[in-house]
Amino acid sequence: MMDQLPALQVMLPLVGAPLIILLRHPVWSWAFATLVSVLTFLVSVALLLQVSDGSIIRYSIGGWEAPTGIEFYIDQVNAGVALLVSGISTVVLVYAYESIKRSLDSSRHYLFYCGWLLCITGLIGIVITGDAFNVFVFLEISSLSTYMLIAFGSDRRALVASFRYLVLGSVGASFILIGIGFLYAATGTLNMVDLAARIPDTESPRAVLVAFSFLTVGLLIKAAIFPLHGWLLNAYHHAPVAVTAFLAGTATKVSLYVLVRLFFSVFGTEYSFGQLFLNWVLLPAAVAAFLSMSLVAIYQTDLRRMLAYSSVAQIGYIVTGISLATQTGLTAAVVHIFNHGMVKTTLFMAVGCILYRTGHAHIPSLDRLMSRMPFTSTAFILAGLGLIGVPLTAGFVSKFTLISALIEQGWGIAAGLILLSSVMAVAYIGRVIYLILFRESRGPAVSNEGYREVPISMLVPMYSLLALSLYFGIFGGQSLSLAGSAAETLLRGYP
Amino acid sequence: MKSYPRQRHRVLQVVTRLLVPFVLMFGLYVQFHGDYGPGGGFQAGVIFATAFILYGLIFGLQRTRRVLPPSVLRWLMALGVLLYAGTGVVTMMLGGNLLDYDALAHDPLHGQHWGIFAVELGVGITVTAVMVSLFYGFASKR
Repeated sequence: MMDQLPALQVMLPLVGAPLIILLRHPVWSWAFATLVSVLTFLVSVALLLQVSDGSIIRYSIGGWEAPTGIEFYIDQVNAGVALLVSGISTVVLVYAYESIKRSLDSSRHYLFYCGWLLCITGLIGIVITGDAFNVFVFLEISSLSTYMLIAFGSDRRALVASFRYLVLGSVGASFILIGIGFLYAATGTLNMVDLAARIPDTESPRAVLVAFSFLTVGLLIKAAIFPLHGWLLNAYHHAPVAVTAFLAGTATKVSLYVLVRLFFSVFGTEYSFGQLFLNWVLLPAAVAAFLSMSLVAIYQTDLRRMLAYSSVAQIGYIVTGISLATQTGLTAAVVHIFNHGMVKTTLFMAVGCILYRTGHAHIPSLDRLMSRMPFTSTAFILAGLGLIGVPLTAGFVSKFTLISALIEQGWGIAAGLILLSSVMAVAYIGRVIYLILFRESRGPAVSNEGYREVPISMLVPMYSLLALSLYFGIFGGQSLSLAGSAAETLLRGYP
Repeated sequence: MKSYPRQRHRVLQVVTRLLVPFVLMFGLYVQFHGDYGPGGGFQAGVIFATAFILYGLIFGLQRTRRVLPPSVLRWLMALGVLLYAGTGVVTMMLGGNLLDYDALAHDPLHGQHWGIFAVELGVGITVTAVMVSLFYGFASKR
């Protein structure tokens, strides 16, 4: 049974999704989806425990051994990311029940939860597979279900946002497919370990170069890295907020994982960063991302849009860490993938609570929210501090590591720019915190006296994720040492 | 879609009536002969669906919907995926890896045969259902 865990990790949600179509009942389909997500989460925990000593699980599908057949390849790095996906999915699913009940017609709930399970299937599949073509297949599963989930937004603009993401996402996926095709042409294999072994002595280095470029651009789109982030803003803004909370913590992070896995493990650190100067592509994009997006976030009037801009900025931090290609830099990137995933999901859940009571997330009308929704406000403030990177929060651990990694490389200017961007984060989060805590309503009184706190089933998941992110802020050493060994695995390449 | 008067397009109607069984038959052939000749679940599913789409183009959406209601399609879509995934689960329960068809029968050759048969049938059912639903989706003005 234990050696079937890698297959179960993907098969549980994949079997669950069509069963929900047959189930059709709105409440039962939610309960069933949550159950499946919890089981998936437990499998991820078991897998992470198995590989935490540095061992590797290779599971060949259909009993065909690795270079011939398709395999799941699980080491510390992707077991961690799978845990992030299944964990955030579980927490947000518990939260989603009330939120979705209000915003979506009950006859379509089962489609929503079916799409959700398919999305986890795709995301976890991308993470744990060891086959380059399989990455594309799972990427399509997760992307198509994501388009569907975004289109469930209550606003009609959700359809446009979803369609826009569909167009850009398809371009990205096609680029990835072309890249994989060139790799196959150059090396004759699709297995990632085998690719890593064959790329250095391929007979057609130019095909590998073309593959590398296509894959880079495709993944930059899917991970919403700065100039190619256009789809993310509307998608996060108009999707149902539970979906946004889930995607903000997982979807871009999974694409970043693929990026890291390809650059470091498959192409090799020396090839990507030594010969091809990838760092001079990624670093300017990353710096431009966190500077410009933090600046734009200050001027937003909608809470969701502000957080969407902030997400692009935070992805900039992660990419900065990746572009250093050093032990400390990559550690910072890995740890920030997790910390930002938790913090941003908590923030979007808090926004969902506000939307649940007020029906909008207009920033100027948030004043004195603390007196009406104290628990939601507290969660938002604490998670917001984590986003800024105040000491004792998770954001501090990752930003501190990132800045020390930059200084270690002698890139003090970039470190200074990160501090500048953090000041902007203080501005855009601080503005909201100020409104929530202090400002008395001026001008026409907004008739929102009767707000009560949201149901407990929304508060508990939000607070559990918040507590986790605070835990990783206070005991930062643990997450740093885990991320450090993950970074070491990545830099070493496939054994 | 405009519904044509019965008297017109008599040729098309008669030809369609004649063609549909053969198209369905050819779909089944591609489906079940797929492990010996060119073919397989995906191609067969598309061919099978074209029979319904052709029928819908000539005789109108109403009559096609009576033959193959959307609610049935929804079941079929889920059923196909379940058949595929279920084969994987069965192989795991019988002690093999995921989709290791050797575990399905005593003779590995038979096992492979049964396994690919079930999986391709699942693909065929789902593809048929999805193709016809797409047609319904585009053809019905809503």
